[in-house]
Amino acid sequence: MPTPVGAALRTALKEAAIAAGVALIVALPLVGFRLIDITGGVSIQTRFDWVVYGVAVVFIGRLGLALWRELRIPHARKAGEASSLAIFAEQIAAFTRQYSLYFGIVGAAFAFALPFMPFTDQYILDVAITVLIYVMLGWGLNIVVGLAGLLDLGYVAFYAVGAYSYALLAQNFNLTFWESLPLAGAFAALFGLLLGFPVLRLRGDYLAIVTLGFGEMIRIILLNWQSLTGGPNGVSSIERPSFFGYPFTAVAPEGKTAFHELMGLEFSNSHRVIFLYFLILILALITNAFSVRMRRLPLGRAWEALREDEIACRSLGINPTNTKLSAFALGAMFGGFAGSFFATRQGFISPESFTFIESAVILAIVVLGGMGSQFGVVIAAAFLILVPEFGRDLAQFRMLMFGFAMVAIMVWRPRGLIAHREPSMRLHPVGGPEAAKAGS
Amino acid sequence: MLTVSGIHTFYGPIEALRGVSIEVRQGEIVTLIGANGAGKSTLLMTVCGNPQARRGAVNFEGQDITQMSTHKIVRLGIAHAPEGRRIFPRMTVLENLQMGAYIGGDEQFRKEIDRVFNLFPVLANRRNQRGGTLSGGEQQMLAIARALMSRPRLLLLDEPSLGLAPMLVKQIFATIREINEREKVTVLLVEQNAFHALKLASRGYVIVNGRIALSGTGAELLANREVRAAYLEGGAH
Ligand SMILES: Nc1ncnc2c1ncn2[C@@H]1O[C@H](COP(=O)(O)OP(=O)(O)OP(=O)(O)O)[C@@H](O)[C@H]1O
Ligand SMILES: [Mg+2]
Repeated sequence: MPTPVGAALRTALKEAAIAAGVALIVALPLVGFRLIDITGGVSIQTRFDWVVYGVAVVFIGRLGLALWRELRIPHARKAGEASSLAIFAEQIAAFTRQYSLYFGIVGAAFAFALPFMPFTDQYILDVAITVLIYVMLGWGLNIVVGLAGLLDLGYVAFYAVGAYSYALLAQNFNLTFWESLPLAGAFAALFGLLLGFPVLRLRGDYLAIVTLGFGEMIRIILLNWQSLTGGPNGVSSIERPSFFGYPFTAVAPEGKTAFHELMGLEFSNSHRVIFLYFLILILALITNAFSVRMRRLPLGRAWEALREDEIACRSLGINPTNTKLSAFALGAMFGGFAGSFFATRQGFISPESFTFIESAVILAIVVLGGMGSQFGVVIAAAFLILVPEFGRDLAQFRMLMFGFAMVAIMVWRPRGLIAHREPSMRLHPVGGPEAAKAGS
Repeated sequence: MLTVSGIHTFYGPIEALRGVSIEVRQGEIVTLIGANGAGKSTLLMTVCGNPQARRGAVNFEGQDITQMSTHKIVRLGIAHAPEGRRIFPRMTVLENLQMGAYIGGDEQFRKEIDRVFNLFPVLANRRNQRGGTLSGGEQQMLAIARALMSRPRLLLLDEPSLGLAPMLVKQIFATIREINEREKVTVLLVEQNAFHALKLASRGYVIVNGRIALSGTGAELLANREVRAAYLEGGAH
């Protein structure tokens, strides 16, 4: 009869050996051999020592993890307790839930004040703009994935459509940002409808595969339709944003007034960045307000209901196809807005900006944030953008950190950071129609 | 009010209904009884147009609804509480009821909510609780209440007593009677609980293997020897 500790050790050793074996198989070709340039060609350098270190780390790590789990689960089960970290995470989540409105207001206030903080420089603003783009994309995709429960792996396609719409409209028809924005949104929504119409009767995994394919298709079309999109070279010198017609340039073009002249300020490069920052902040907040409002409208509630039970929805008089299409199209529209913003901010776009990995990051933001949670999306976006950003010095380990963070979240908060669905209406007092009105 | 004439419904190659005709008149409670797999649920679903009958016709208040899509049929004043409750588990009781009033919108919701809470006081106390955390009986009540929110003229109930304790079964049947008598809602009721159902119903049909084998008033069927042998012996009470 093995003692409990002996049995645990055996299980742990076995697991560790398997993990180390897998690590060896993966690491040998990836880490063990390396192509290096030498004069007159390339040669292969071997780094078996690295492989050994790596495999050893995996073995010990896995052993520790398994032992820890094996030895504490019986007690935990008995006491019905979770690990202290999980409890901590749950407490944080409960706290955020409870004060979500408060957090929202403080967060928004902070966001509006950020450009004027003493420590804020152009770099911080630039990063903040990137974070906000992803927050907006996350909120947009949240309509499709979080609310309507449609797994869309090709969301980046709509982002691309929005970006190219603006770039091409500005270039070919001299439209300003504000004129193209609604058009870009409309185009993206139209693409959403075009894609949605044939595929929305598919379910779950099939829908995911088709949307994945659609995302790639759009990118490949952009790559190959040289005459319109410039192919791999993309579209450059896209009209930069202006402050409602007053450009952010040191010297105003003929017949125009520059922004700093209008305001009577010294010219500064940061004006444009600050303007871009507020622009994306407002676009993102509009997206948020829209989804929050939608959840209280019959259509938004129908999205959520459809995710839970399609048959029940049908028998309540909901038209599933149209309802899903609307979620798809509206989500796409916000992707399109974000795309336009991206184009005007970068001044240059190419198909390279719209690869699958973008879709994956946006989806990760929605899933990690806790599907359907608006605040969770902000945290997840900040996290997923800032970690690689600040990990830049540790460039080699960026993906490693990213992976570790993902695993950690899935272990401790498998349903997302803030996995909690707020009811869209409440009725506290025992009461009639008046209470219902007040509650909703 | 509802006339089903000679419908054949298929699931792929399987013929689940083989020429079923029934009639439901204004103000009645009509019950359908039959063994598992006889086609009772399929009949209710065919009335709602999902799946649609391949042959035969379904007529509601003089209108041919055989080829209509579900969401349009429901708008004509038919409500269907499908088998197995199918409430929305992550939504609160109130939100579930709100979905029931989807067609009529918030105005309808405000008009009907008190009436429904009157019929099901338990739900009023649990209004902010998530559907998934209700007890089985409460969920069943919620399913019926949700169907009533659209203020249907015809209510299709599929096994409302499924999985409920005898006390609750009685309560559910009492409520169905109340809905029928006080609210003037015509009811087509599918039940395994043949005894209660036949006692409650004005008329009943026995469905066997996709065909109507017997029909008559509730009392007639209760007295029928075959019915007793197949559906009542040892069953109820
Ligand atoms: N979606 C489906 N696909 C294929 N066959 C189906 C489907 N739904 C039902 N059937 C078949 O049709 C027949 C009738 O099913 P139905 O659900 O109408 O039975 P029922 O009388 O409601 O039974 P129960 O009392 O068990 O609910 C059964 O043989 C069933 O296997
Ligand atoms: Mg059935």
